[in-house]
Amino acid sequence: MAAPRPLPRLDAENRPFWTAGAAGELRIMRCRDCQAFIHPPRPVCRSCLSENVAPEVVAGTGVVDTFTVNHQKWHPAAEVPYVIARVALDGVPGVYLTTNIVGCPVDEVDIGDRVRVRFEQQDDVYLPLFEKVV
Amino acid sequence: MAAAYEAYITGVGQSQIGIRLTRHPLLLTLDAVREALDEAGLTIGQIDGVSTYPGRTPGYLGFSPVGADELVDALGIRATWYAGGGEITSQLGAVVAAAAAVRAGQARHVICFRTVYEAAAMSRPEEYPVPRRDRVDGTSQWVAPFNATSAVNWTAQYAMRHVKKYGLTREQLAQIALTDRAHALLNPRALVREPLTMDEYMSARMISSPLCLYDCDRFSDASTVLIVSAGDAVDEVSCKPVRIAAMAGTVERLSWDQAEWMACYPTGADLWKRTDYKPSDVDTAQLYDGFSFQAVAWLESLGFCDVGEGGRFIEGGKRIALDGELPLNTFGGQLGAGRLHGFGFAHEAVVQLRGLGGARQIPGDPRVAVCASGGGPLATALLLARD
Repeated sequence: MAAPRPLPRLDAENRPFWTAGAAGELRIMRCRDCQAFIHPPRPVCRSCLSENVAPEVVAGTGVVDTFTVNHQKWHPAAEVPYVIARVALDGVPGVYLTTNIVGCPVDEVDIGDRVRVRFEQQDDVYLPLFEKVV
Repeated sequence: MAAAYEAYITGVGQSQIGIRLTRHPLLLTLDAVREALDEAGLTIGQIDGVSTYPGRTPGYLGFSPVGADELVDALGIRATWYAGGGEITSQLGAVVAAAAAVRAGQARHVICFRTVYEAAAMSRPEEYPVPRRDRVDGTSQWVAPFNATSAVNWTAQYAMRHVKKYGLTREQLAQIALTDRAHALLNPRALVREPLTMDEYMSARMISSPLCLYDCDRFSDASTVLIVSAGDAVDEVSCKPVRIAAMAGTVERLSWDQAEWMACYPTGADLWKRTDYKPSDVDTAQLYDGFSFQAVAWLESLGFCDVGEGGRFIEGGKRIALDGELPLNTFGGQLGAGRLHGFGFAHEAVVQLRGLGGARQIPGDPRVAVCASGGGPLATALLLARD
């Protein structure tokens, strides 16, 4: 069983993002007028101010934009080291997700690595973690 | 008489800097206020404004134990203007707000302060309880679930991009910590007064790669005060006023992870659009270094070198030493002097421009200094000049 993580408080704006993993999907808010993606999700498009926005299923693959290997035990229960990364999502320009790269040794992660989403469920939240595409 | 539309920093003051201090945080603030008033030759009765960052933080008082309105009340200040809050362009945004207020005629002499009490609060949890949260919200929700809860994790990712894309080395980055610690030796108030060697730096444990233990500041207890005075009120002060020649600041995406570039980059560019001074006119730079890499990013942002060249710019450390071409963080920065949280940089810029640095005074006759706070999602830069 995965170690417990600080979980987000769900509300109308963020629920689609944090629960879409139940269907194995990654959803990002998108403007239906100008097609820009909006993340963090809000009820207005930051590109054209349209309110015609809705969560949209995206590919769930991407590239490691940058990363760090965390060695500090911030909590007694934390297992270190682990990789924190910023992933640029395929087909979702301008949006990054902070995440963990899992399923490989920490020293095998690099900028530019191709990754795909892998959800981890904790309570009612589906956390989008990523693993390397081999 | 100076022009009314100008704003000046007049008196500056600072309490002792320590860890696990027992002196009440309001009294630490008072220590800094007294020193600033003494330097300016002002009385508390001449103060008519107060500005602080981030205001009193009731959720965790160690982070900011004293509010602007509280100081107004506690010191019997007759305030015609005051403000305190975190929704501003980082710590020195409180100085920008005060400068705007005096330029608009809302006040004549504004006490700007930042009081930190995190080390004391952590040592006395019964008095300063850490809030228990069952769920996270706001911008925390986008990072905390991935155990990226500390700003070191967010800053490290920008640093890693410099390592991979521009070839920043640990030996280069070490120069921020080594320079800070060398300068702190010359500052009687500095928190850490022991030299740091390259060997110690290189063998330090990693916190969040590429940032090691010595790349991170340490919770401290202290208060720093800057008095911002209106141009038509500087005749009332006895110290040499330092003019705020330009100010800039922004937020570059509220959630750190959405910002392709740290906010210091657009802030640095904006600063030079608001003045005739140029980077080559700057005699000393006092740049935020709560994490060492932030100072590297600020050097690039302010145009002292090209983007990606920060590592090579500081290589060997000579250029940023006390007798170098651009003395950096001459009071020891936050890695040496303590986590004063932004205000220490403006304080030191004023000290240097007045020639009051003592053993750490830079040579020559410094007339222009740049100081900066934040750098990540929030950033503020001030250009100070002794005309």
